[in-house]
Amino acid sequence: MTTQTASIERSDNSAMGLAIAVLAGVFLLMASGIAQATVLHDAAHDQRHAMAFPCH
Amino acid sequence: MTKNLLSSALLAGVAAGLIAALLQFSFVIPHLMEGELYETGERVHFATDGSTQSDRAQPALGNDFARHGMTVAFNMVTYTGYGLILLALMVLADGKGHKLTPRTGLIWGVAGFIAVQLAPGIGQPPVLPGAIGSEVGPRQAWWAATIIASALALALIAFGKGWMALLSIPLLLAPHIIGAPYLDTYFGVAPPELSARFAALSFGTALAGWSILGFLCAWFWTRSNEG
Repeated sequence: MTTQTASIERSDNSAMGLAIAVLAGVFLLMASGIAQATVLHDAAHDQRHAMAFPCH
Repeated sequence: MTKNLLSSALLAGVAAGLIAALLQFSFVIPHLMEGELYETGERVHFATDGSTQSDRAQPALGNDFARHGMTVAFNMVTYTGYGLILLALMVLADGKGHKLTPRTGLIWGVAGFIAVQLAPGIGQPPVLPGAIGSEVGPRQAWWAATIIASALALALIAFGKGWMALLSIPLLLAPHIIGAPYLDTYFGVAPPELSARFAALSFGTALAGWSILGFLCAWFWTRSNEG
């Protein structure tokens, strides 16, 4: 019984973990490649060109 | 497991971003800075004196540490972002019986390059500063949709059962049949050789960066799970 509960929890955690990782990744990419705010755009400028983000 | 996933992607992303930045400083950024000389008009190609020639010379990186520091930092952010998504997909596949090793991680990295850099880059090649493009919103939408369609196609080739893999063909073709948003006019002021070389070098360094990212994500993750 105890074992079963633990394994269910682990699989829940892992699905949640994958979702968290993907969301965190998208969030970082929004900042480094997508966001149009001038400060972000200017700081990330060379990297955005080098990585071919469609940016301006 | 979530902790291992996040920490492995972070370590791999920072390392791959650092290496990618060093490669960019060696190959890409000097050409980018040369392109800027044409963007600002400091150099003019096809000048009015009748000559169609321009001297080929990349400016030195110089000592603008703030600018180049930001390039290093944002490469780390970008590669960590891609690393988080890539490793999440790798771990998902690993859980379904496709065992993850550093060697298969390398293949994942190359596949990531194809889906995220090469496929959208076919429609929207890497451009020098100063290039004028159509409205940015539709281009970003086409870029994101192309990445998703191409990644799905590669997943079908890798994991699809039977005839499923053939569905990858329309998925790979569709974004290019629809076509990336384009202007009706050419605006380029830089020599075409410079633009072409910049695009090719950008693909080359991104391939190296993505290969390293895939390998390191798998390497850190398998190591942290052994411990």
